[in-house]
Amino acid sequence: MNPLQERYSEEIAQVLSKYPADQKRSAVMPLLYIAQREHGYVSREQFAQIAEILEISATDVAEILGFYTLYHDKPEGKYRLQVCNDLPCALRGADQFLEGVCDHLGVKPGGTTQDGLVTVEAVMCLAACHRAPMFQVQSSEGIAYHEDQTVESAARLVDNWRAREGE
Amino acid sequence: MNDILLRHRQIPNLDQLPIYRQNGGFEAFKRALTSMQPDEVTDLVKASGLRGRGGAGFPTGMKWSFIDKNVFPHYVVVNADESEPGTFKDREIMESNPFQFLEGVMLCAYAVRANEAYIYLRGEFWQLAAELDKHIEYLEREGLLGEKLFGTDYSLRLYTHLGAGAYICGEETALLESLEGKLGQPRLRPPFPPSFGLYGKPTIVNNVETLANVPMILEKGADWFRGFGTEKSPGTKVFSLSGNVAKPGNYELPLGTTFRELIFEHGGGIPNGRSIKAIMPAGASSSLIVADEKALDTPMDYESVPSVGAMLGSASVIVVDDSVNMAWLINKTMHFFQHESCGKCTPCREGTFWMRHLTERIEHGQARWEDVELLNEVASNVKGKCLCALGDFSTEAVMSSIQRFRHDFEIKVLSEAPVSVDIKVSNP
Repeated sequence: MNPLQERYSEEIAQVLSKYPADQKRSAVMPLLYIAQREHGYVSREQFAQIAEILEISATDVAEILGFYTLYHDKPEGKYRLQVCNDLPCALRGADQFLEGVCDHLGVKPGGTTQDGLVTVEAVMCLAACHRAPMFQVQSSEGIAYHEDQTVESAARLVDNWRAREGE
Repeated sequence: MNDILLRHRQIPNLDQLPIYRQNGGFEAFKRALTSMQPDEVTDLVKASGLRGRGGAGFPTGMKWSFIDKNVFPHYVVVNADESEPGTFKDREIMESNPFQFLEGVMLCAYAVRANEAYIYLRGEFWQLAAELDKHIEYLEREGLLGEKLFGTDYSLRLYTHLGAGAYICGEETALLESLEGKLGQPRLRPPFPPSFGLYGKPTIVNNVETLANVPMILEKGADWFRGFGTEKSPGTKVFSLSGNVAKPGNYELPLGTTFRELIFEHGGGIPNGRSIKAIMPAGASSSLIVADEKALDTPMDYESVPSVGAMLGSASVIVVDDSVNMAWLINKTMHFFQHESCGKCTPCREGTFWMRHLTERIEHGQARWEDVELLNEVASNVKGKCLCALGDFSTEAVMSSIQRFRHDFEIKVLSEAPVSVDIKVSNP
């Protein structure tokens, strides 16, 4: 048993039970989410561990990671604040909102705050066009939507994270 | 308002199983299993005239009848990858009326003799998937999912599967590839999923909204369903209204409702003293319609929207006011399609990249009229030359806006050669 399997044996077994026994490869996406949970990215070692569990190559795993935007292969902010600035949101001020959030945090889109806590990213449509400006937060706790936002409400959220870190 | 799919707006706590059952929930499923043959369910859906709500509008019952009856197992796969910019209807149905949706999935599975169904949700619907998992467990405990249901030999299991951020996975064969643990890239068709789908087995892929219609069709009959909408486009549709409109949101209305009624009556019109300039009826994949009187009076159904030069698609209506320059708008849509092109077909992969270069330059006033013509030419070389519709989709807004909003581009271009061009477009 490799470290990933050891640590999450029950959860991995449950994931594998969803798919036919000869189609284990289907579990690559859920396993990438499990691997990413702790540190916010999937390490090289974990590629090999997932590959071993699913009996595919580490390259196959890396290829899947690279194709999808919600998987990451390097450490960044603990919280990824992902602002949608696609067309429908942009018609409701999402570009100005993104700029405001970036200015407030002193970063550019794609950048991480100096304390390493927040990475701000511009992302594609999140199916919340009627409640723009909006963003999602990707972290070890999963993904949470924050809709009908202002720069002030986003700033308060970041302040709360910082307060929690300070405790 | 006709709330069929959005019944939760009338019935509080419909997302709780006991409340859903008090309102007739799962009676249709029980009746189908205990007193109807699978093909009878398919025939009833056929008779209702229900058409796929994911965008293509294909007759649902007909699709079900295409399932290969000589090869087993069969699968049902639900397309819950809702990713078209401007679309947010499936999310509301699954969040607030989840059991009607799940019952629809279960009826579809019974009709096509599948014992397993996968619900493929976009990765961003992480919390929603967790809720659905809880609902599925609840249904198992209540004996509505599992082995030998209602004393019959029929067994059924439902599973959720999370995507991870890829618009292309809304294309049904790319979705199947992704579910198999491969890159989400479209397959060459035929064969179509009803003969060669998930794991190479016969598979029916349907959209969330399509399936959420099915329990009510079983309960109230095909004629009742045909009482809404038009002859060729029966039923209601959840229209996602967004953009420059006072009250954006989901509106469930009969197919055939006019743009005017949706935008001005339900959506409250155009805010900030502006007037309406254009409509995109099918999200970012849509052609831009000039919002004149004729367009506003056009009924929103699968047959009528093409008469004003667009498609109904997933009915995600983006409203654009007169403050917007279309050169800016198509730069937004090209950014999206360049990012989301899966890279399998050269015309789409390369075409979206070069179109993005051109839209960036045009929007920033660093292009000449020849560049606008070049943009149109690149688009026409992408259109119709790819395995799936994404390539075509990337050209719709570009070509229609150059044709219909020419002035927006004329005022953006330079009369002389650009002095310096410093546009950085990264590969996705």
